[in-house]
Amino acid sequence: MKLLRYTFLILAALSFIYPFVWMVSASLSSEQGIGSLTLLPIDLTIRNYTTVFERIPLGRAFINSLLVALVTTGLVLVLGAMVGYALARLRFRGRNLIFYLIIFTMTLPFQITLIPNYITMVKLGWVDSYFALIVPFVMNSLAVLLFRQAFAGLPQALIDAARIDGCGELRIIFQILLPNIIPTVLTITILTFMGLWNEALWPLIVIRNESTMTMPQMVTLFSVGGRADAQLGVKIAAAVMLALPILIVYLFFQKHFIRSMASSGLKD
Amino acid sequence: MKKLIPYWLVSPYILYFCVFVAFPVVFSIVLTFHSWNIISPMKFIGLDNYRRLFQDRLFWQAIYNTLRFLVVHIPLQIVVALALAEFLNQSIRGKSFFRAAFFLPVIVSGVVVTILWQQLLGFNAGILNRGLSALSLPKVPWLEDPGIAMYAIALMATWKNVGLYVILFLVGLQTVPVQYYEAADMEGATHWQKFRYITLPMINPTIFMVVVLSTIGGFSLFIEPYIMTEGGPLNSTLSAVMYIYKQAFQYYHMGYSATLGFFFALLILGVVAIQKRYVEQEI
Repeated sequence: MKLLRYTFLILAALSFIYPFVWMVSASLSSEQGIGSLTLLPIDLTIRNYTTVFERIPLGRAFINSLLVALVTTGLVLVLGAMVGYALARLRFRGRNLIFYLIIFTMTLPFQITLIPNYITMVKLGWVDSYFALIVPFVMNSLAVLLFRQAFAGLPQALIDAARIDGCGELRIIFQILLPNIIPTVLTITILTFMGLWNEALWPLIVIRNESTMTMPQMVTLFSVGGRADAQLGVKIAAAVMLALPILIVYLFFQKHFIRSMASSGLKD
Repeated sequence: MKKLIPYWLVSPYILYFCVFVAFPVVFSIVLTFHSWNIISPMKFIGLDNYRRLFQDRLFWQAIYNTLRFLVVHIPLQIVVALALAEFLNQSIRGKSFFRAAFFLPVIVSGVVVTILWQQLLGFNAGILNRGLSALSLPKVPWLEDPGIAMYAIALMATWKNVGLYVILFLVGLQTVPVQYYEAADMEGATHWQKFRYITLPMINPTIFMVVVLSTIGGFSLFIEPYIMTEGGPLNSTLSAVMYIYKQAFQYYHMGYSATLGFFFALLILGVVAIQKRYVEQEI
């Protein structure tokens, strides 16, 4: 029974790991060698990678992706903390209303807002600009709810002491309370950054200009359009470069990734 | 002055809600009664978009495709995730290694997973068919046969997401009180009986969550078929979001596309509400 269990688990783990290893190895193989199933590259070459950079401005796309993901995540943290704090700690008229609006927003399928949001971007003149990639995502309902929950769990004495010392609300939020809810901050950072880094549909809609494209969009267009010339190795190399940054972060923060997903799925 | 502080703090949300939630919902409803190519002025056409929607064979095909996707994806997701979680929940060495391995595809972009699986599912050179050949089984035209392609995509989606559900099930399994199993052991219950009569009923809420999350995920299917098959063969993998996208950004039918989006969103809300009701009755 025990042997069976381990065999099953190991086979399962292999089926999740092997394709990634194969992908890296294939990206470093010659076009003829790709068909093989081995774990080591055949005719080791970096030709596929140099070809990608010759055909598409992937370096630029990497910088765009990084910039968009970092700025947006930062704003999600700042704005989410402000709203979450107000909802958890301050009494004011309309507080419940805002809470219900957040729940409503979360249950609303994105398919309904997709076309009107594109039109908003057109009317604001934001198509092909970073604003279109950043602004619609700076507020995140799940982040607000997670902040609200974390702030609600802190002792009132912390806030009272800060008020007596003459702290303003913003200082209370960011200097006094935030350091006490680091796990929540980490959860929100990981979820937001990952979502933004992997988002492909919205950029496909609002960005046409190559110099503003993000990585997933660039790689998608590269592999659907003709520019990969049906060369598998080149396509795979582009995919490896899209996966690599998040895989490296995952290797370091693995535990936090898993915990953040598990907790965000269960709350509220 | 002090009274205004809370409102100042929540103002970003209110602004966001007005611009990116309230306005789009209202505008989307207005759009459904208009014909508009974004350049010339909007033209009121009454219920024409809705009439067209009900006669649009391709849209219903897209919905049918989504249903075929869900029919395979949801049960597969639950069975595989639950089996893996159940095995992991025992005293096992290297637990965190296994968890991390299962979770690997979850964190990677759908774009990467799709490009990868395009190679795995190839008819002649694909790893899956090579494996079948090695076992002297016939090769499967995974992406070439209109009857199979959507199920191949469902298989891929399961591989991509199952790690997340393993984690959720593990959390769920930990909420089952140990005393129940101890009592069952005293009665001499088998592994299967314990699973069937204790575990399964206790983790019903988690199963429900998995069903809802995979339903919503399935309804937003876009990038996978877009890269893998571009909706083919014979529109068999055309998803609803892909069709909405095409109507808007290939043909510039903004009004019609918004109608499809609006109708489809109502459909999603309806399905999720039914699922919820059904599960509440069960519990």
